[in-house]
Amino acid sequence: MAETETPQAVPAGPVPRQPAASLLEREFTVRAMTQRELVTRRFLRHRGALFGLAVFLCALILAYTSIGALGLPGWWAQKYSTTGGLTNGGGPTLSLWPLRIGTHPFGQDDVGRDYFALTMRGTQRSILIALTVGLVATATGVVVGAVSGFFRGWVEGLLMRITDVFLTVPLLLIAAVVGRFSSGGPLQLAMLLGLLVWTSLARLVRGEFLSLREKEFVEAARAMGAGSGRIIFRHILPNSLGTIIVNATLTIAQAILLETSLSFLGFGVQSPDTSLGKLIADYESAFTTRPWLFWWPGLFIVAIALSVNFVGDGLRDAFDPKQTRVRA
Amino acid sequence: MAVFVVRRLIVSFFILLVSTFLIFVLVAHSGDPYGDLRGDHSPNLPQKMAHRTAILHLDEPDPQRYVRWLGGAAKCVVPGMTCDLGRTVHDQDVTALLGQAVASTLWLVTAATVLAVLLGITVGIVSALRQYSGFDYTVTFSAFLFFSLPVFWVAVLLKQYLAININNWYDDPRVGPVAALVLALLSGLTWGAIVGGPGTRRWIVRGIAAVATFGLLMYLSAVDWFARPALGPALIVVISCGIAVVVTELVSGLRRRGVLYACLITAGIGSVVQFLVTPWLQDAKWASWTNVLLLAVVAVVVAAAVGYALGGLDRGQAVRASVLTGLGIGSVIVVDEILRAVPAYSNAVGGRIVATIGSQTPDFTGTFWQGVLDQITHLVLPTLAIMLISFATYSRYSRATMLETMNQDYVRTARSKGLTERTVVMRHAFRNALIPLTTLAAYDFGNILGGAVITETVFARRGMGTLFVMGLSQTDPNPVMGFYIVTAVSIVIFNMISDIAYAYLDPRIRLS
Repeated sequence: MAETETPQAVPAGPVPRQPAASLLEREFTVRAMTQRELVTRRFLRHRGALFGLAVFLCALILAYTSIGALGLPGWWAQKYSTTGGLTNGGGPTLSLWPLRIGTHPFGQDDVGRDYFALTMRGTQRSILIALTVGLVATATGVVVGAVSGFFRGWVEGLLMRITDVFLTVPLLLIAAVVGRFSSGGPLQLAMLLGLLVWTSLARLVRGEFLSLREKEFVEAARAMGAGSGRIIFRHILPNSLGTIIVNATLTIAQAILLETSLSFLGFGVQSPDTSLGKLIADYESAFTTRPWLFWWPGLFIVAIALSVNFVGDGLRDAFDPKQTRVRA
Repeated sequence: MAVFVVRRLIVSFFILLVSTFLIFVLVAHSGDPYGDLRGDHSPNLPQKMAHRTAILHLDEPDPQRYVRWLGGAAKCVVPGMTCDLGRTVHDQDVTALLGQAVASTLWLVTAATVLAVLLGITVGIVSALRQYSGFDYTVTFSAFLFFSLPVFWVAVLLKQYLAININNWYDDPRVGPVAALVLALLSGLTWGAIVGGPGTRRWIVRGIAAVATFGLLMYLSAVDWFARPALGPALIVVISCGIAVVVTELVSGLRRRGVLYACLITAGIGSVVQFLVTPWLQDAKWASWTNVLLLAVVAVVVAAAVGYALGGLDRGQAVRASVLTGLGIGSVIVVDEILRAVPAYSNAVGGRIVATIGSQTPDFTGTFWQGVLDQITHLVLPTLAIMLISFATYSRYSRATMLETMNQDYVRTARSKGLTERTVVMRHAFRNALIPLTTLAAYDFGNILGGAVITETVFARRGMGTLFVMGLSQTDPNPVMGFYIVTAVSIVIFNMISDIAYAYLDPRIRLS
């Protein structure tokens, strides 16, 4: 648009402008970067975040390919539900030096089920729940926050009252109560939890919208005749994307811990299905005799939550306009 | 102000009304209230079912049940009437159950909050002052780790691993030379990172800290101190003087002689008074929390008077520093009494001093201080488990606010006026960095209560959390509502206090 308009704005003089422009081009070789390029570059320079992303992807791939998902078979021979005799007294056959995986790298539980397969099953469930919670909560939060921040009115009043109510309820309490409605299905549980944790994101998005809708560029867009939909989706939402993405990531990390806590208390995922929190609850009493039943699921929870938190931190730094340490 | 409080109270009342109704209906429909009777084939099953219907009013519609509960709960605030929070499925009185549970949970939550706030803010401020140092990176990483730790996992780990190991070690409580060496190196590294400064100074600090730690551990093991711990009068005098110097340095700097003398004299009075107070504290009839609190009040009054008399131009600072010193010395004397109770307590519980179950040893009879020690040993692990996450929050948050205040123009102005770094940090930056933390404290309270639910389950403490878990798993609304009403009211009050405190601390904010 700017290119087509330039000839009209600058009347053609006797001196041709072309050589001067190319001279400038050669002198300043810095090309302006788009917002997306800037963010990607800052993110890729954040070592912790990259490491976190790698760990998270490894856990995801390991969990979903090893025992298979959606009816597809995985590369791991054992099933998480088959019982059998104990090898090595049920202890882990995994050893780092000499490197040996063995038949049951994470050991077996008291009825001889392969603990690696069980942990992978739990990891699948916990990741699925966390991602679904993140998705549902982000979608709800963005819609409610955007509508209440942009249109104000009764939606805003309702949102503020709902968040007021949520402020007085400890999250674990309401999540536990709601968790009992899910009848143990992981997806149902995730949906219900997602419908609980959106309020903080909605408040943040509302705040962003409240400040952005008063900005000059929104006024300019309106003056050019843009409708509300166009202003929201083309002008305001892209500008608040940073807040949304960062908080979606942190919601996922929070959801993993929330789900495992609920399953530990017995209000989350129910048998016959399992999750990392449920595994820990099931084998808590076996700690003194079979500590590995306790260690593996815990290590997976910590690894996933930690990596997601690091990714969130990297994203926050990448989106932060005040960030000066890593100059793009 | 009054208008603000009244308006907030009215709004909160309606919010509580809505949320209690919501929770009541949700809990009532979260499962089958006759669940445990379904497999029952005894001939009097119909009577049992009828009894449960009668105590939970299951034959009435939800709003009517809720109003019934609300009517009972309203009696708590009407003077002259006794609370009635309904009965459990097992026909127990919820009010009575809650009465015992609140105290247990309150201890846990208070201890965790206080420790998390103190430690978190200190560590956060130090890591902000040493930004991008090894200490800062370590703290940042640990904070991330603590954020990602599931409370229940940590709790089980502490219970099954740490507690058992400490108890095993306590059979023969000595620190071997190798362990002492490792601890000494760690202590050297930590202190070096905290103190900071140029290379040589850090190495000196590291060396001193390591040697001191090693020497101390070896000496304590040699005299078998861990089996019979105590501070003793001489050490109390030394510690008192140390507290006086440190407090003066932090509050006003050692160059303010009036403040320093006030603190030292308070320390001196404390050192003398300990001989007077110790027999009272060891007297079985005299020792009690009321009397200890009474002593604390006396200590504050005396210390304030000393500060007022000696403060001179720095009267305000002198009073503040002196009171802090007085309270510090009082705590040292109390700690000494508790430590002295260790050998007898250890005998009473068979040498397993770190308790893993319950909130007190059943049928424990002992002196007042042994009772206190008993409560402490039961509190240590659950408190630690809850504290970790809050600690991470506080340290991250206070680091961020401290960094922000250190970059403010008024801090640069203070520096350019020629003020010492101590004054800039403590009087200009630190105080302003604390203001936003008041909001965090109120918000974090809900999290801590959630953590309490989990740790109480793991450590089998009979608190509000266990009441909640049991009530919910039996689809029994009354105990859950008992837990919720206490929680919600305290959260509302906390939020209000934090708003008022915010407005008081930051004059730019006007209430109402």
